[in-house]
Amino acid sequence: MATPVLEVSDLTVDFPTDDGVVRAVRGVSYTLAPGEVLGIVGESGSGKSVTSLAIMGLLPRTAKIRGSIRYRGEDLLKLPEKQLVSIRGKGIAMIFQDPMTSLNPVYTVGYQLAEAVLAHHDVSKKDAMGRAVDLLQLVGIPNAEDRADNYPHEFSGGMRQRAVIAMAMANDPDVIIADEPTTALDVTVQAQVLETLEKALEETHSAMILITHDLGVVAGQADKVLVMYAGKPVEVGSVDDIYEHPRMPYTLGLLGSMPRLDAEGEKLTPIQGAPPSLINLPPGCPFSPRCPLSRPSCDEEEPALYEVGPDHVASCHYWRELSGDVAAEEIFEATAAELDVISVVAGGDDATAAADDAADQRTAPPNPPPDGPAGPRDAADEQPGDGR
Amino acid sequence: MTAAADTGAARGNGHRLLEVEHLVKHFPVRSGGVIRRTVGEVQAVTDVSFSIDESETLGLVGESGCGKSTTGRAVLQLHPATSGSIRFEGRELTTLSGQQLRRVRRDLQVVFQDPYASLNPRLPVNDIVGEPFAIHGLLSRGRERRERVAELLRLVGLHPEHGNRYPHEFSGGQRQRIGVARALALEPKLIVLDEPVSALDVSIQAGVVNLLQELQERLRVAYLFIAHDLSVVRHISDRVAVMYLGKIVETGRRLDIYEHASHPYTQALLSAVPIPDPKLERKRKRIVLTGDVPSPANPPSGCRFRTRCWKAQPICAEEEPALIDRGQGHPSACHFAEERSLLQIG
Repeated sequence: MATPVLEVSDLTVDFPTDDGVVRAVRGVSYTLAPGEVLGIVGESGSGKSVTSLAIMGLLPRTAKIRGSIRYRGEDLLKLPEKQLVSIRGKGIAMIFQDPMTSLNPVYTVGYQLAEAVLAHHDVSKKDAMGRAVDLLQLVGIPNAEDRADNYPHEFSGGMRQRAVIAMAMANDPDVIIADEPTTALDVTVQAQVLETLEKALEETHSAMILITHDLGVVAGQADKVLVMYAGKPVEVGSVDDIYEHPRMPYTLGLLGSMPRLDAEGEKLTPIQGAPPSLINLPPGCPFSPRCPLSRPSCDEEEPALYEVGPDHVASCHYWRELSGDVAAEEIFEATAAELDVISVVAGGDDATAAADDAADQRTAPPNPPPDGPAGPRDAADEQPGDGR
Repeated sequence: MTAAADTGAARGNGHRLLEVEHLVKHFPVRSGGVIRRTVGEVQAVTDVSFSIDESETLGLVGESGCGKSTTGRAVLQLHPATSGSIRFEGRELTTLSGQQLRRVRRDLQVVFQDPYASLNPRLPVNDIVGEPFAIHGLLSRGRERRERVAELLRLVGLHPEHGNRYPHEFSGGQRQRIGVARALALEPKLIVLDEPVSALDVSIQAGVVNLLQELQERLRVAYLFIAHDLSVVRHISDRVAVMYLGKIVETGRRLDIYEHASHPYTQALLSAVPIPDPKLERKRKRIVLTGDVPSPANPPSGCRFRTRCWKAQPICAEEEPALIDRGQGHPSACHFAEERSLLQIG
């Protein structure tokens, strides 16, 4: 394999908060070969965005980052800000989810693109503007010359995102990090943007980290997939292996819970419960409370990433039980039947609720409703949902 | 042509519950300044007809701005219709007084998209779910109502003991279950579900979708399921109507739409949805539409999709295609409606 352009090893990110330390990323390692597309999937709060912000050096100062992020051999975490500035945009470019917030509303789109060119190239303003128009043309904006004088609000959502992609392409980066680039868009617009992204990769020969919660988007774009859960990769492998031979129950559950466009409705197999709070994570496998394969030993030791196939790792002690490629409904249905009433764990499928939950365990509940009765809450705070 | 005649019910028992005919909803566009003259109108919904039978699900799909939510709100009488008729159990809703409407609303409920905004943060869940009883003067406050609320919470998979908690203590999926419990409180015949699962993560979404299906089987309630996610709509609907720029462009039974789509827009939509199967996904051909959706304040003449359609001919600009069956087995509003293989591997 070619020397990787990006090598992340054992990256951890902690956020100290009033409620305790949020361990947002708990040891992420991967390598990215030149031109490779790595899909990072996970649900809200799994740490997938924080990982990419750490690479770009865009996390707030309060974040405690450990591990190493090597870009062309240099550890980005040790570089001074000045050198980082020269890598950001030129070596590694980023595309954010919401194009409205990543474009400045008071400058024209062309000006902002030219600015990106000028940041890393010693060219005249006129040449930079010319390059901006070329870039807009490249991403399929009609009448690029006139459109360059438009402000972001004059663009539609899909066009804005394409302008952002143009900006990421501006300096021929080695790595493009796309963080949920199509999540805010309609499907037909998503198709346009994905096509533009494919074109951008073709033009720049850049590698890409595609962060998304949509397993469909990843299936069509990625070479390699990394599934994250509770701040850690739980399964990494080639895109075909992940979809066809998942070895981590969580991956299997995710696939089983997706309704398919191309299949008639059998019942979906949801994963019970909600992701854990990242504050005071209990020992053992973080997926264990929701896992149909879970047994007492799972709560004692957190599974390492086991080698489950060539270039395919999964963090489950009992991955062998999935090695016959069982269907999601076979293993998840069983638990659903036992759980007649779905367990209610206060806190939930997003980080804020999870933080609320952790706070509930120790101190008074946060944000008490202004005139809510205090009495009944205390009784309810005894975590009744955990009784399973 | 009314949609009432369009397709037979797939699962319903044939009793028509809701009948919408030629529904039009325009919003005025006003000038700035003091006088605020009306300078135009946004044609959010133009001439939409459909029907829903008892205990069946009609999926209404389309992209943002196509008028699907406005249609849902017009059915609920949250937006007064500009013209057209909405009959619920044979009663015309558009002319009812507030008092009469209130009685109808016992049978006609709603679940909104955002489970964070649609629950009052200052009320405990018991009060949220019990509020419909208070509004309609049913079940005196006290044990009877408490028991019914507990029953409802159990029905949607929540612990009744958690009824004293406030919405912020629940996760998104749980909050949406609370919204469903509230909608079910008065045992309605029809629930308008406006993007009920789009704010939720997939693993959580699946649970809510399953819940909605189970509830329908048990309670025989009908759904108007409004969503932009075609996969979810296929999963839950008996019949489907596809909207584009304020109009239904194609409607039919689930299989008609997903396996035998004949309108170019429906085909483009279906081809654009990524499928979580890498081998299949690599072989599929996406139809990538050019351009953007035109403004509903100034829609194109004739067929509204013609500006982005690869089949467009002069006739498309002159004559609006009717939503009729041109031999493909279900109504499709395209002069050149024709089936095209999308999901099969070519």
